[in-house]
Parts: sequence; C-alpha cells; structure tokens
Amino acid sequence: MSDATSSPSGEPFEPRIVAFFCNWCTYTASDLAGTSRMKYAANVRVIRLMCSGRLDPQFVVAALRRGADGVLVGGCHPGDCHYQEGNYKCLRRMELLRRMVGQMGIEPERLRLEWISASEGEKLRDVVNAMVAQVKALGPLKLEPIPRPNGDEESDLQLVGASDEGVLA
Amino acid sequence: MSKPKVGFYWCASCGGCEEAVVDLAEDVLKVVAAVDIVFWPCAMDFKRSDLEAMADGEMAACFVNGAIRTSEQREMVELCRRKAQALVAFGSCAHTGGIPGLANLCTLESIFETVYGDGQFSTVNPEKTRPQAATQVPGGGVTLATMDHSVKTLDQVVPVDYYLPGCPPPVKLIAAAVTALLEGNLPPRGAVLAPDMALCKECPRIDSKPQDPFLREFKRPHQVLIDPEKCFLAQGILCMGPATRDGCDHACIGGNMPCTGCLGPVSRTRDYGAAILSAVSSLVDSNDEHEVAAILEKIPDPAGTFNRYSLPSSMLYQSISANGNGGT
Repeated sequence: MSDATSSPSGEPFEPRIVAFFCNWCTYTASDLAGTSRMKYAANVRVIRLMCSGRLDPQFVVAALRRGADGVLVGGCHPGDCHYQEGNYKCLRRMELLRRMVGQMGIEPERLRLEWISASEGEKLRDVVNAMVAQVKALGPLKLEPIPRPNGDEESDLQLVGASDEGVLA
Repeated sequence: MSKPKVGFYWCASCGGCEEAVVDLAEDVLKVVAAVDIVFWPCAMDFKRSDLEAMADGEMAACFVNGAIRTSEQREMVELCRRKAQALVAFGSCAHTGGIPGLANLCTLESIFETVYGDGQFSTVNPEKTRPQAATQVPGGGVTLATMDHSVKTLDQVVPVDYYLPGCPPPVKLIAAAVTALLEGNLPPRGAVLAPDMALCKECPRIDSKPQDPFLREFKRPHQVLIDPEKCFLAQGILCMGPATRDGCDHACIGGNMPCTGCLGPVSRTRDYGAAILSAVSSLVDSNDEHEVAAILEKIPDPAGTFNRYSLPSSMLYQSISANGNGGT
C-alpha cells in the first residue's frame, strides 16, 4: 500500500505503541535509558506491570481495539524473573496470541516480546526504535468499529481488575 | 386475562435452538398454557405479515436465535425488536456469533468463490452463476437477500435485553428464563440468564486438575482413550472449562467430551478467546522458547479453537476482510 506510511494529510505515519513493561527489569531499564539521556522514539506509551506474567492477553487486544498500532511487552530474561516463572507464562501466552491474531487479520509482527534487564538501557532504546520502525512499515492498524446499537460501547473497555476509568483510559 | 404473547425467530442457525425448545418436553405444555405463541415460523405457519400486523411492543418477549448476516435477517430482527418488549438473544449464535461466526475468518469473496466458483465444493455450477440481489425473469423481477461482509451477533444489529447462552441453551436455563419472564422476575437488562461462574468450579473432575503447569503435549479427543474420571486438561485434551460460563449441567463432560466453550464468557471477561487462550497457554510445562512453540503447534487453529463460538463478539471483531491488514 502506497499510503500506508502517511496520513491523508501527507504527514508521516507515527504509530502508537502500547508497551507493557515489568517493574523489575524492563521498566527499570527504561528509567536507566532516561537517566542516561538516551533518546528513543516517542511513540511508545509505557504501562508498568509488576510482572510480564500479569499481562492478560485481553490487555493486548484491548490496546489494539483502543487505537494501538502495536504492542511491545518487556520482561526479565529467562531465569531472572522476580517471581521466578512469570516471564515464562508471558512467553507462552504471547506465542499463542501472535498466532491467533494472525488468523484474525492482524500481522503478528505488531506484537513483540523482548527480554530486557534492568541494566540494558541501550537494548531498550534499540528495541523500541526497531519496533517503531517495524510498525511504521506495516502502516496503521485497521480495525472495523464494533457496531453497538445498545450504545454501551464503554462496557467493552472495562477489563478484569480494571478501575472504572478502564485500563487504557 | 389475556396471556402474554411470545415469539421465536431464527437467523443464521442450525435449528438446534428450536430443538431445545421442544426438549422442554412436558414442560413445553406448561409454557403453551401460560403464553400465546404468536410468531414461530420454524414450527408453525406464520408469515412476516403476521409480525408486521402486530402493534409495537405487543409481544412480551421474542426469542431470536442465530447470527445475523443477510439483509433479510437484519430486517426481520429489526421487526422483532420493535414488536417485542424484551428481545432475548437465544443461543450461542445470537449471543456471541456461534459457529456461523467462524465465517469471519474468510472474506465474503472467498466464500462465494469456494461455493460458486472454482472451489472444491459439491455445488454443480458449470456456469459459475452467483446469487444476485435482483434478477429479471420471464414474468417479472425477483429479488434475493444480500450477504453482509461479516457475520454479526444479534446485539451488534439491534439492542438486546437478555441473553440465553449455549449451543443450544440448556433446557434448565430456558425453563428458568421463561419462568422468570412470566413472573416478571427478570434481572437487570443486559443480563446473561445463566450462572456467573466458570464451568471448572462445579466440574465433577476438578479434583484431578493439577495446579502447576503440566501440559507437555496437546492431544485430540479421537487420538486417545479418554479417562472418564480425570480432568481433560490433565490428559492433554483442550477443554474450555476454565473460561466458560457454567450452567450446562456438564452434558459434554458427562459424555466424556471436553467443553468447547458454547456458553461463552463469564461477566468479568471482555474477550473470551483471549481469556481461554491465556488460561490454556500458561499451563504449558516448558520454559524454552522453541519447545513452547513446538508444544503449542499442536493447536493448529487457535482462532477457531478459542473463538469457536465467539469470533464476531471478539474485541478484535470480525472479518479479516474488514480488518484487511494481511495476517497469516
């Protein structure tokens, strides 16, 4: 598609990436990148989870539904999980989720899982930049709006354990 | 005193939901004694004009089963909506999309191509004739309903008051819903008329479900002799019990077959497919990336497995033609 990387007004397409980072490793790495004054693409909106194992796949589909063009998940390296096995659960879920969204007409490359430790500020910068470039190349995510004759659209957005404001509000 | 009027209608469905009404057995006589069935074209001679002749809100309730895809179905459910005080989505297809909803994994064009074109289908159609919305024939024009690009749930087409889940809805739930309706004892609008907990909770096999990740291999039910006492997941057989609403009296489990998820999600779940995918994949007993992928490869069709009855109601909604991003 020729227009995939630019909006109708001719502005270059800037993807919105929702990033779920674990508190102990990847989120700390993003702090490190910040204090080290590293620059990375401003397209990511970071949401801190205590563990990548807390990532319910429903969060990912909700992010895509609410306008994310891609979802980046960051957790501790294998063997380093603060809760021992949470990152492995995330690995298993993301593996299957990527295959399922692929069948549903969404490129699996829009979902990415990376292991980034607290000391890897540089890796975080590189991963974010690479993810942004990849989603830029894919173009905006097109999802048909869900018809809601009941007019209760907001009820879709309240997820398990979410407050009234919704997880992504 | 005049009896409350009720109607039944069907859209994209198999007829199993109508069977479920008949399965009320002797209880159906009590229903017939308590209500006037004023519209049920599947079972009796009713025409669209009968529905059109009713006053708005004349029916106390109308039970609609089946998903919505054609222009005719849309017109009919809009009529049913207008003529009924309470519109009840009856069965998986009306509730979450059901088996017909799986058609959203294909484009409309590819479906037509398979059925009427060069596809390997049983239709003998050498001229590759396709259905047209309107055609001129000797004696005048004839029209046909058109197909929408995607299958929709009932509540994606008209406002729905209640949901009776299941494929088909369990007789016990139907009887309870009809009783509640007659007694004017219905829950708040929008409720699913079934227990709000996961099937596993009441499953007779729950004691044999291991707590820690244990799945090393997925097997299909026809590949193994299934232990009739042991948790299906513990035997490596996919079972949707962890994320599926209870209320079916475990008919499938009792028949030694795993749950396929027809009652849909519990109220806390917003995306059924993602929820059961999460439950199942986290039980895989491996920490190695390649091994995890190899084990999960044994689920050849995740979308069709985890969203077997719920694709149109998925948060990622619908058709690959509408999404059009070019997945796999």
